[in-house]
Amino acid sequence: MATLSNKMNAYDEMLKGIWRDNPVFVQVLGMCPMLAVTNSAVNAIAMGLATFFVLVSSSFLVSGMKAIIPKQVRISIYVIIIATFVTVADYTLLALFPAVHKELGAFIPLIVANCMILGRQEAFASKHSVKFAVMDAVGMAGGFLLAMFALGSVREILGEGKLFGISLFGENFEPWVIMILPPGGFITLGLLLLLFNWVGERRKQFLAQVAAVD
Amino acid sequence: MSSRSPTPPQEPTPSRLVGSLAVAGFLSGLIIIGIYVATLDTITENKARELREAVFRVLPEVTQMQKLQYDGERVVLKENGKDDENTLYAGYDDKGNLAGYALASDGPGFQDTIRVLFGYQPANNKVVGMWVLESRETPGLGDKIYKDAAFVTNFDNLSTEPPIVTVKRGTRSRANEVDAITGATISSKAVVRIINQGVEKWHQRLPLPGNEPQLKSEGRT
Amino acid sequence: MDDLIWIFISALLVNNFVLAYFLGLCPFLGVSGKLETSFRLGLATTFVLIITAICSWFLNTYVLTHAPYLRLISFIVVIASTVQFIEMAIKKLSPALFQSLGIFLPLITTNCAILGLAIFATNRGYGFWEGLIFALGAGAGFTLAMVLMAGMREETGINEVPALVRGTAFNLIIAGILSMAFMGFAGLFSST
Repeated sequence: MATLSNKMNAYDEMLKGIWRDNPVFVQVLGMCPMLAVTNSAVNAIAMGLATFFVLVSSSFLVSGMKAIIPKQVRISIYVIIIATFVTVADYTLLALFPAVHKELGAFIPLIVANCMILGRQEAFASKHSVKFAVMDAVGMAGGFLLAMFALGSVREILGEGKLFGISLFGENFEPWVIMILPPGGFITLGLLLLLFNWVGERRKQFLAQVAAVD
Repeated sequence: MSSRSPTPPQEPTPSRLVGSLAVAGFLSGLIIIGIYVATLDTITENKARELREAVFRVLPEVTQMQKLQYDGERVVLKENGKDDENTLYAGYDDKGNLAGYALASDGPGFQDTIRVLFGYQPANNKVVGMWVLESRETPGLGDKIYKDAAFVTNFDNLSTEPPIVTVKRGTRSRANEVDAITGATISSKAVVRIINQGVEKWHQRLPLPGNEPQLKSEGRT
Repeated sequence: MDDLIWIFISALLVNNFVLAYFLGLCPFLGVSGKLETSFRLGLATTFVLIITAICSWFLNTYVLTHAPYLRLISFIVVIASTVQFIEMAIKKLSPALFQSLGIFLPLITTNCAILGLAIFATNRGYGFWEGLIFALGAGAGFTLAMVLMAGMREETGINEVPALVRGTAFNLIIAGILSMAFMGFAGLFSST
């Protein structure tokens, strides 16, 4: 651990969540909100931001208090912390953005069950200093937000011919309604994962070629 | 960063475990109550404003409204208290004449409960407007019951005698027919059924013409 | 009575928890490799769902009427501890049952279908029996989706699928097609 932490750089911690260890595309976590609310770009971003808030605040608190949380009941305490922040996010959204809250509805409380959040507490925040824990959370939540946005915008563009409610293709475009329905969610995410795999594979091949030339 | 160290020499006692859980629960309760109290006013205000806007939408040419309550025998002015299923809203024009009632009604839709507010004029058995208050219908299909303006305008002048029926889009010919939304027939039918149920529930309860509740000057909201 | 049948069919087919609401996707994608395991996990989940329905009904009726803001946190704490308690009881009373269900129970508690059921039942204002039937339908629907998925995965496991596609991407596309098939059940509604 000691040798690893010497090399550890706060920026690395942040960037790994966005690409190398992207919670959605690489670790395949947090699928449930991922698919359920990504029928439009706005909903996807709202959900992504709520998750961002919950993950970063929980990681901050867990890493700050790791010394006083007894090991045997740590999971229960993490869950209590996460549920508290989710409730805070829920009421804040309801007060400030009632229209968005209406669209997301029952899926905000379900942030609690997003395995990514509990996973980061157990695997990272409880073992690292506040600074690294927050950086890691920012990276992971940022990666999640980006993935949500990618999925939401693809589904909105194809399913309604719009992005952020602005029509893109004019009258003649026949929307692929299936894309904003549940099957469209599964298929779009499947194809995005495929794209991610393919890019990763190509990059590996390219690096191997460069190495061979050198 | 000093993790990976072996477990602490002495195991924490059960009372310490329970204690720390209790403290965590207590603190979380405090935070939650704090945020609830902090947002309560805004949320109540938002809801009241949303409802007021909905009432003005479903009743044309209405500029003032007041809340009424059915107390089991007749409709009386509602002074305070929470809205329930026996609350209704009366809309008045500039001169203070009753223009119609806004009635809430709900029922199962395709996915979840749909709640609608509709404007009703008992004197000529007419629905004069419809607004969806709550719905979780499928985005892209069922949500057209409030996103599709053509469907919503169906309800702007609709006879309820005989009860409203849905017909295939474009074939509307009688005063009690509604053009269903293509691809969202189930949700369209649900809205019609909910309104019919609302009319049935309220028609007998509403005061007879000439007996309508007067607009209280301070009842203006 | 009609209402109860509709609640069951709706949760089982039309609004299937996995294929229409995306609840319980982690086990759906993670554990659905084998038919046998999937079926058992489905049964264990149904069991937990029923307990959840009872717990959440109790909380909603007797505890939370004056404090709705504590709903989320009390649902989680109560459901998790009840399941843990029942797990211990099963281990003591029936080791055979524990063998077949027990190992899944802790996994299930963190499954979003459980919390989702409690929240949906609350939002729709279900009473005791409605909640129970809803849980039964949701559990049966989850089991059905798991078994179908596992069957297809066993089948495609024998075929030649390019290495790049194999894995979650492939499973998601299968799930998409399954979900599309389930959309056809919406037709059951139009007869009313």
